[in-house]
Amino acid sequence: MSGATTASTSAGAPSEPAPAAPGERSWPLWEVFVRGKRGLSHVHVGSLHAPDAELALRNARDVYTRRQEGVSIWVVKADDVTASSPSEKDSFFDPAGDKIYRHPTFYDVPEDVEYL
Amino acid sequence: MYGNDVIDPNEPLNAAETDAYDAATAHEDQRDAVGDDFEALIAADQRIEPRDAMPDTYRETLIRQIAQHAHSEIIGMQPEGNWITRAPSLRRKAILIAKVQDEAGHGLYLYSAAETLGIDRQELLDRLHDGKQKYSSIFNYPTLTWADCGAIGWLVDGAAIMNQVPLCRCSYGPYARAMIRVCKEESFHQRQGFEILWNLMRGTESQRAMAQDAADRWWWPALAMFGPPDTGEAAKGGHTAQSMAWGIKRFSNDDLRQKFVDMMVPQAEKLGIVLPDPDLRWNPERGHYDFGEVDWDEFWRVLRGDGACNAERIAHRRRAHEEGAWVREAANAYAAKQATREQQQQQKESAA
Amino acid sequence: MSDHVTSAAPSASESAERESLPGAAENTGAAPGAKPYATYLLGLADDAMVYAQRLGEWMTNAPQIEEDMALGNIALDLLGQARGLYPYIGSIDGTGRGEDDYAMLRDERRWHNVHLVEQERGDFADEMARLLWFSAYQVELHTALTASADDVVAGVAGKALKEVRYHLDHASLWVVRLGDGTEESHRRMQAALEHVLPHLAELFDHDEASVLAADLEVGVLPSTLHDAVVARVARVVEQATLTLPDGSRWRSRGGRAGIHSRPMGSLLAEMQHIARSHPGATW
Repeated sequence: MSGATTASTSAGAPSEPAPAAPGERSWPLWEVFVRGKRGLSHVHVGSLHAPDAELALRNARDVYTRRQEGVSIWVVKADDVTASSPSEKDSFFDPAGDKIYRHPTFYDVPEDVEYL
Repeated sequence: MYGNDVIDPNEPLNAAETDAYDAATAHEDQRDAVGDDFEALIAADQRIEPRDAMPDTYRETLIRQIAQHAHSEIIGMQPEGNWITRAPSLRRKAILIAKVQDEAGHGLYLYSAAETLGIDRQELLDRLHDGKQKYSSIFNYPTLTWADCGAIGWLVDGAAIMNQVPLCRCSYGPYARAMIRVCKEESFHQRQGFEILWNLMRGTESQRAMAQDAADRWWWPALAMFGPPDTGEAAKGGHTAQSMAWGIKRFSNDDLRQKFVDMMVPQAEKLGIVLPDPDLRWNPERGHYDFGEVDWDEFWRVLRGDGACNAERIAHRRRAHEEGAWVREAANAYAAKQATREQQQQQKESAA
Repeated sequence: MSDHVTSAAPSASESAERESLPGAAENTGAAPGAKPYATYLLGLADDAMVYAQRLGEWMTNAPQIEEDMALGNIALDLLGQARGLYPYIGSIDGTGRGEDDYAMLRDERRWHNVHLVEQERGDFADEMARLLWFSAYQVELHTALTASADDVVAGVAGKALKEVRYHLDHASLWVVRLGDGTEESHRRMQAALEHVLPHLAELFDHDEASVLAADLEVGVLPSTLHDAVVARVARVVEQATLTLPDGSRWRSRGGRAGIHSRPMGSLLAEMQHIARSHPGATW
């Protein structure tokens, strides 16, 4: 989703000394989704950096729910999100435009029929 | 017990509590009608989203602006952060920790918005540490007394909100959404600053003197936060025109400065603080307060690096970052080991 | 030992001094309505207060901005625990003192916290070693205190328990990552476990106040928490590929009786100097 680097690509070199700040390998980027209250879907609220999923979840709690904004959090590695492209927008979404019979308002029913 | 019941919680104290905020956060998606063309979307006041086509200069300008904004939040933790251990009451200590924590959070919201433009936070931080990107020059002034925490909240956060509310309807979606969140939270920052000064002004003589001294020192730097004059003759140069056209700047520096002065003068009167400007007076013809000229020589001098705290702020930030390098590296190493272990476990399971 | 700074209520302050003078008969319950276990609660509150003060120093100094926020949250939780107890202590020790009287106007000899929480913060590994031990201790402590005969204490403990479980979780995650991370982080984390060692025994020491509070079923005997706390820490240390050091040539003593180590004086000087420079002021 963005220019994040992946953390796990240079596995197996744990004993290397920590490099100086420039050129340091970033923690990967995670997208954060918060369920505001029970009954609502999780909604994307932003992103953060964390070395792994466990810490990502905890960082998300501290960064995005300091004011009780949520009852549940998802974190997803940004690299694992596959997104549709704006250039595909026409072929993805426009074909649904003329299928108006999918909407209840398409149908004429007598006004005195209840529970429709 | 602190006398803050006199501050009416329903009375707007900053721009995030006025209709301007509601107007800025309201947004109607008309993309179906407008189409996907960048210029058309901008012209129709629609949002640009991360994967939309956009001119390189728009992207670069946004990265610079959002990064500078994020850096300001992170560097802005320091002037007040160094008062956490000295806050004069436990209530004040709790509020201050929560506030400085919010500033870290705001920095993160903004870095997150910048990253949607395809740049890594680490790279932005490197640019900050190397002095290649700037942060708000206001944080190069020192916090000399406890009252400075009040003055920063009241004046600096007040000015920041005035700048930020229009950005809640900036053309770039992730930036606008980050700003909505930031403005809502900053409103508490400004209120707590006002309350600090309110209590000081109703306290002992030395407390009142402390509050007045802080206001004397922070008033002009706060006015300078809106940037150099950009109306009339001055409007011909600088980024303002292009940024206005792109919808990443909504009002001129001078307009925002005037709005800020108009909002602050009555609040200063309520506090009992005298603003340090002999030219400050109501102009009935304009329907605004007239005020004196910011010392722009000082502004440029501090911006170029010759302020009381420029070196200190960056050195502090660099030191914290460098001291933490081994921790961040350890977490990466652990994550890599865990990934390898999980892989091996899966191989074992599938072999069995 | 008298305070140099004027207090808003000199008579209350004097009786407070008598009440908490180390070594004196502290729990005579002289004042009307006074309950004898105030000193015990003061120990709990002071632990939380002093540790919150230390953790507050991390803001702008943490290894990553996300961690500034995490440590800020933990500091706020602990500060909240102290603030929950101080006014109640003021109501049961007969002095009527408020939270700032305790935090801002007490001299070093009248603080009852253990040495562990007053030590200088060290590096991130030192902080995580300290947080691991202290939060493991607090989890066991507050679990026990939820059954306190004093409803206020039980209530504070119930709220604190949720918080300190999160603190323990946070410390555990980091100790594991540092222990099982790079060579350098392993070395630093192991060293941190050694640094913290001399200050642990004190958490489990009995003193007059804790024995009395336990007798009244308000408090818990510190020694009874020992094994469960060590077991919690040991699990994390093992997972972190570290070794739990045993035995220290010396150990800290006396925090509960107001005998503190050198860093405590500087901590209080910093924390109290503005409040003390403006006697009688409100903020």
